Amino acid sequence: MNETATGVAAAALAPDDRTSVYPLWLRLMHWANAIAVIMLTLSGWRIYDATRFMFGFQIPPKWTLGGWLGGALQWHFAFMWLLMGNALVYLLVHVFSGRFRRQFLPLSPKSILTDLKSFLGGHLSHADIRRYNAVQKAAYLFAMADIVVLVLSGLVLWKSVQLPWLRELLGGYEFARRIHFWAMSLMAGFIVVHVVMAVLVPRTIRAMVWGR
Amino acid sequence: MDEEIKKDKDAILKEADGLLKDPARRRLLGNVLTLGGLSLATGVALKNYGSVKEMLTRISYFNDGVQGAIFHPSSRAPVYTEADITNPFPFNAFYRMSQAPVVDPATYKLELSGKIADRRPWTLPMLQALPQTSQITRHICVEGWSAIGKWGGVRFSDFLKRVGADTTCKYVGFKCADGYYTSIDMPTALHDQTLLTLTFRDHVLPTWYGFPMKLRMPTKLGYKNPKHIMEIYVTNVFPGGYWEDQGYNWFGGS
Repeated sequence: MNETATGVAAAALAPDDRTSVYPLWLRLMHWANAIAVIMLTLSGWRIYDATRFMFGFQIPPKWTLGGWLGGALQWHFAFMWLLMGNALVYLLVHVFSGRFRRQFLPLSPKSILTDLKSFLGGHLSHADIRRYNAVQKAAYLFAMADIVVLVLSGLVLWKSVQLPWLRELLGGYEFARRIHFWAMSLMAGFIVVHVVMAVLVPRTIRAMVWGR
Repeated sequence: MDEEIKKDKDAILKEADGLLKDPARRRLLGNVLTLGGLSLATGVALKNYGSVKEMLTRISYFNDGVQGAIFHPSSRAPVYTEADITNPFPFNAFYRMSQAPVVDPATYKLELSGKIADRRPWTLPMLQALPQTSQITRHICVEGWSAIGKWGGVRFSDFLKRVGADTTCKYVGFKCADGYYTSIDMPTALHDQTLLTLTFRDHVLPTWYGFPMKLRMPTKLGYKNPKHIMEIYVTNVFPGGYWEDQGYNWFGGS
């Protein structure tokens, strides 16, 4: 029996989480989150268009989801559960499994600057995609924090009377509305950078799909 | 014989190994599988467009349940001062301001029906003779904007008790002079900030804000606050609403 061949074939056919860059649960949660964020952004744009408070700026309706305000709200209030549930489980698993500390800490402003400089100079290496550089750590931590802000401000917009403490924490209904909009804008910016970076290092895409 | 099987197995594995070792081939294989899966998924999605709508409607009903469960009778919407009132207060309806229905106060009668003990109709002077209260609250529209206004009138829970409404029923429904209709849950109907309003900023409710009366609930979105009410009924049969039947969330709580 050819042991090497069997080993390679087995590894290729039956992914082993111990050897994958991203374990299966993480990949599933990443893509569930991606779907939720995209659906919420597209339907949210339609909802924004109903009252265009940013100097009348309109998001082209053909880029939006839902067909009309009522349809957009239905998508938004369906996928909010996926975003909330997924984010909650993701954060809990990360904190309690120690993965959060392992992958994202320590992180100092100095290390971000150093890595940002070498990135801009084109020297930042992705030799081991298992280990995040400081810029990556900062970017992913930002995405996590931004989703928390989106969920909390979204809850205020949905239930401002029933969640008085949260409403006051975020400066009232109208201020929460601005927070929600700007947090969405930052998330859209993150997605653009994230996708560009992933395309530049395609190994990461393969790893996030197949695990390796 | 066992040797033969072993040889075959090795050969198959070797071939598979060769196929999978070539990254380009492996990628192609993966892409083909993904493409197949995707086209299958979109095909299913297109064929079942109706069931996507149905799924969204079901989730909307689920959200009604969640909102009903977290609704607390003692949770009050914030109240504001005269200085906070939005001026001019926006007009919003499914028609233009000039098309708002004109109701004759002399002949107006509020009809009552359904599970209400005393279903005698009410004239405007009769309603004005009831104890009045007023409050300054934020009106939040489903479109996202909000505005602060001052509404005055009869506490709706007092009115329901006075006419002997069966408050164990699930819904209170409204029929309006402009063809609008909507319905609310009983806990919200009994909330102490829910008012059957006759005035706006201490003056008789203007036509465009809902003369002769508007049900004002700061715990619900604007489209749940019916204007030009002609009939109020209490029921256990889900009555829906003008926008709700088209897809707005029924509970519409805030």
